[in-house]
Amino acid sequence: MATVSVCQYYPGGFSFENCKRNALLEADINKLGFSSPAARKTGTTICGVVYKDGVVLGADTRATEGMIVADKNCSKIHYISPNIYCCGAGTAADTEMTTQIISSNLELHSLSTGRLPRVATANRMLKQMLFRYQGYIGAALVLGGVDCNGPHLYSIYPHGSTDKLPYVTMGSGSLAAMAVFEDRYRPNMEEEEAKRLVRDAIAAGIFNDLGSGSNIDLCVITKGKVDYLRPHDVANKKGVKTGSYRYKHGTTGVLTKTVTPLNLEVVEESVQTMDTS
Amino acid sequence: MATVLQFPANISTLNNYNDLYPDWTQREVSTGTTIMAVEFDGGVVMGADSRTTTGAYIANRVTDKLTPIHERILCCRSGSAADTQAIADAVTYQLGFHSIELDEAPLVQTAASLFRDMCYRYREELMAGIIVGGWDPRRGGQVYTVPVGGMMTRQPVSVGGSGSSYIYGYVDSNYRPGMSKEECLKFTAGALSLAMERDGSSGGVVRLAVISEQGVERQVILGNQLPKFSTV
Repeated sequence: MATVSVCQYYPGGFSFENCKRNALLEADINKLGFSSPAARKTGTTICGVVYKDGVVLGADTRATEGMIVADKNCSKIHYISPNIYCCGAGTAADTEMTTQIISSNLELHSLSTGRLPRVATANRMLKQMLFRYQGYIGAALVLGGVDCNGPHLYSIYPHGSTDKLPYVTMGSGSLAAMAVFEDRYRPNMEEEEAKRLVRDAIAAGIFNDLGSGSNIDLCVITKGKVDYLRPHDVANKKGVKTGSYRYKHGTTGVLTKTVTPLNLEVVEESVQTMDTS
Repeated sequence: MATVLQFPANISTLNNYNDLYPDWTQREVSTGTTIMAVEFDGGVVMGADSRTTTGAYIANRVTDKLTPIHERILCCRSGSAADTQAIADAVTYQLGFHSIELDEAPLVQTAASLFRDMCYRYREELMAGIIVGGWDPRRGGQVYTVPVGGMMTRQPVSVGGSGSSYIYGYVDSNYRPGMSKEECLKFTAGALSLAMERDGSSGGVVRLAVISEQGVERQVILGNQLPKFSTV
């Protein structure tokens, strides 16, 4: 069975070479009183729903590093192929790299077969890779797309098990989102209703789960068309400061002033604006 | 293939982040489960519940644990969802290849042996309890059980999964050799309902499959249609 893939040789299983070293480092660091940096997780609420003409995928946009928000507007809906997109929860690096690897392999596969890729193929590739790494790749995915056999939606867990369902939720906010789905899901919904349902499910995750927040991204996939709505709903706008913290010139008295010119030659000048948002 | 790694005691702090990530986001998906298969003259009846759990959360309440391996061979999966799905996919491929080589329908015993080989070889790494059932022209309906550890044995009736402990008494007292297809279906549905009632990791709907020379017939019994035993 020849498979075309980017990375050629799989020596089998996970390489545990660095684990002993990491464990000793961890112990040493703890003895000194520091803690090792936490991997950035996407906390997250992601979900997907199959409706009449296709699938709607939704995600929040908060990435956390421990208890701190590392990214207020990260993109969790990843491109797999023109007709297939994948939401990722869990460790941000793992979801990003896993989806990119499978996207690349799937493009090669699609060129080899001469056909638009199928969602089931992407599912197989993802589950086989995650199983090979026995859960050490912390990627929990919601895979959705439309192919020649219609719309499909899969949930994929870090250990490599998958479920094919009409509606799925993943991430720390999945219980909140699933509550919304279980209440209002109907088979064969119209596009607007499906988008509203997904939006509300993600909103439930954003407002009831600490690991999820900021905006709601949506991706509507139908036969021949993909609407990547980022952001679809800015649910958390940054507040406007009511007071001004600028002080007038002369507020602080100047006692002495010394000017020392630096004899430098300007070689290149460029301006880069700081992100003060 | 077991690897022994030495870690210092404080390694456990690595994954204990905080309440931000509830327990079930870090637990492996398990098929909890009650599964069952019964032989009758002319085929087999296989049944399973439909609950997949991650810790205390039900990840899928309509799971299909009766996985087709070949045209007239099914397997019931219990244990780790990822392990059993991966094993079933591998065995489906191997059996399909073998069947094309022989140019005839594979034996149920062959399918069971393939499961056994994989479950025994990788017994340290896997958590999988599988019941293989099917019909072949040589020996008719057969049920083989491959529990955790990789043993393989043929049984006229087999139960498995976490919920099976609660129904051994019911199965042992109610099974008679020579039951008809309808009696087997009623027996299986009854046993599964009792297990689902008592086992927290089993629930949802009852999925049944009848495999015979004519092919595979599938049924679903929804939660409110399950046979009732007590009015308590």
